[in-house]
Amino acid sequence: MRGNEKGTSVLRGKPLSFGGDLVFRYSVMVVATLTLALVWLLVIMMVIDASSSIDTFGLGFVTGDVWDPNRDVYGALPFIFGTLLTTGIALIIGVPLSIGIAVYLSELAPPYLRGPLSFVVELLAAVPSVIYGLWAMYALRPVIVGTVEPFLSDILGWTPLFAGDSVGLDKFTAGIILAIMIIPTIASVSKEAMMAVPDSQREAALSLGATRYETTRMAVLTYARSGIFGATILGLGRAVGETMAVAMTIGNANVISWSLLDPGQTMASLIANNWGEAQDLQLSALIEMGLVLFVVALVVNVFARLMVGRFMKAVPSTGGGL
Amino acid sequence: MSELDLEKKEMNEERIAMPHRGGGTWKIVLAAIVAAAILIAGAFATGLLSIGGDEESVTLTGAGATFPMPLILKWADEYYNETDQSVKVDYAGGGSGAGITQIKDNNVDFAGTDAPLSAADSTTYGLVHIPETLGAVVVAFNEPTVSSLKLDGSTLARIFMKNITAWDDPEITVLNPGVTLPSEQITTIVRSDSSGTTFVFSGYLAKISSEFDELYGQGKSVSWPDAIGASGNSGVTQTIKTTAHSIGYIELSYAIENDVPFAQLENHDGNFVTASLETTSAAAASFTLPAGDGDWSGVNILDQPGANAYPIASFTYILVYKELHNDGSSMNKTAAQALLDFLWWCLHEDGQAYGPDLHYAELPASVVAINEATLNSITYDGEVLR
Repeated sequence: MRGNEKGTSVLRGKPLSFGGDLVFRYSVMVVATLTLALVWLLVIMMVIDASSSIDTFGLGFVTGDVWDPNRDVYGALPFIFGTLLTTGIALIIGVPLSIGIAVYLSELAPPYLRGPLSFVVELLAAVPSVIYGLWAMYALRPVIVGTVEPFLSDILGWTPLFAGDSVGLDKFTAGIILAIMIIPTIASVSKEAMMAVPDSQREAALSLGATRYETTRMAVLTYARSGIFGATILGLGRAVGETMAVAMTIGNANVISWSLLDPGQTMASLIANNWGEAQDLQLSALIEMGLVLFVVALVVNVFARLMVGRFMKAVPSTGGGL
Repeated sequence: MSELDLEKKEMNEERIAMPHRGGGTWKIVLAAIVAAAILIAGAFATGLLSIGGDEESVTLTGAGATFPMPLILKWADEYYNETDQSVKVDYAGGGSGAGITQIKDNNVDFAGTDAPLSAADSTTYGLVHIPETLGAVVVAFNEPTVSSLKLDGSTLARIFMKNITAWDDPEITVLNPGVTLPSEQITTIVRSDSSGTTFVFSGYLAKISSEFDELYGQGKSVSWPDAIGASGNSGVTQTIKTTAHSIGYIELSYAIENDVPFAQLENHDGNFVTASLETTSAAAASFTLPAGDGDWSGVNILDQPGANAYPIASFTYILVYKELHNDGSSMNKTAAQALLDFLWWCLHEDGQAYGPDLHYAELPASVVAINEATLNSITYDGEVLR
């Protein structure tokens, strides 16, 4: 492995030839810099367009829990709450399942299954969100309202998370559909990361007497974790920013309620719902909501990165007891 | 074991490096071609380049309210054929708010809106209101055991304010003698997007119930308590259909087309009226409208007197500039003339006849007369065109 790294640095250090190499280098540099410029332009434009809302509400916008276009009072808290809660459900359900799928596909599946299954998983990642939304409304919701939620409410009804009646259009349903939507993304990217683990890793673990499970846990998952983390971030991005499927399943109520069986609203679905008719201060408030969504996504991302950083450091010491 | 751990740790710190490939000039060429294609497409889209430019044909553009959209598109289609394909009308929808913004910016030749402009906006921008058709909002419900339901305005307001939460509440049962109502919770279904339908419905509740007016008020989106929101008339319709014990408000045409039962409402004269095109037109018959360039902000035909008048009816308006060649307008005289001719056609029997099939009520004669006066007052460079 060390030799490989040396080889890499030799390649990286190779002087660029004039002509094609140089042109290519600068053109990709421009493209990469454009991404940065785009993000900045986005932020600047949003701040400018949101200025009247920022001036009116200040920090109160983030802590306000009333969204009433009739009275021109706008607060983002119910939607930040809804976004975090539904994304949380989606990740809690989606990530373990995705990693399971990825482990099976990369480590355990026989070759004749691996190809078709991978293909189907990748196909699911390309299904438009409105299709997921429709499917959730007509196929998933009856199951949830008829079976899953009464069951949850029976055994967990005493916790605030599952209190009350439901009609199936709520944060739980939205979380489930988000989980289903992010699974293909996380699973297929994680699978790629696991497939990229060199066989020498697996061989090393096996030769030391590790079982199949131990090999997967120590050699594959550990080696591929930054790839799995990247996949999770991709899934997180899709969950945080999803509009259609959420708007169709969450019940669109602008309230803060801890019960997953109550309707709620996310930032993205609020923007999608209200954009068409918004004017003046409401329009500005919606743009500020976009800005808040941007910041929330950033914070969640950084937080996740820190968490994973810790987790990564912790693994070798705990994983030592083979 | 610890050695393995150590090695793993080192390996984790390695990056998987992508091998550098030589050449790549073709990629730049490809990128350049793509970029050029995007630029050219963009130029076409923004109208920097236009192909053709047939001087005899005119294209009029509109945007705004989605409620009258099917009717306006039908008109555009029929009018296109009737004028031997010389006048093309594009209507983009997008919502009343978007329509108003677009006409203020002179991006469109006319806008559609369900809610009238404020008095200040009509004078500042010099826009006139032309009511082009009428709609009704019905109270649709899904209570499997109940096929017909009677409600009055104050009960309706109390249901949507969650003061009444059960179907067998005495306030509902007293209006429905002989009907057995179950003791189920009422789920209220509302619009999650801001909409003219909500504007009309909340306007009715606010007019009937001062408590509703105080707590929630009329608006395109209302912070309804404890309601399920769905997007668009179609979304609300589907949600009502799939949610037992629910009640919600939708445009009449959606209720008819989707076969959803809706409640009879008590009108101003104390009669229970079923929404229909006739009862909707009846609501507008006795109302005295302002002149086209006057203040329409207070106009509503909610809860109007008349034995047969349905209480939740509303106009939907077309907005045009009173002076078509204003600052910022790029309209030429031919287009201005075409716009007025088109509107004239829509507002009279030729156009109005297409309404009923699409579930739009015909304008009463009194409203047509106001519209004629409005169209006759519209000018191009100060010159009256009709």
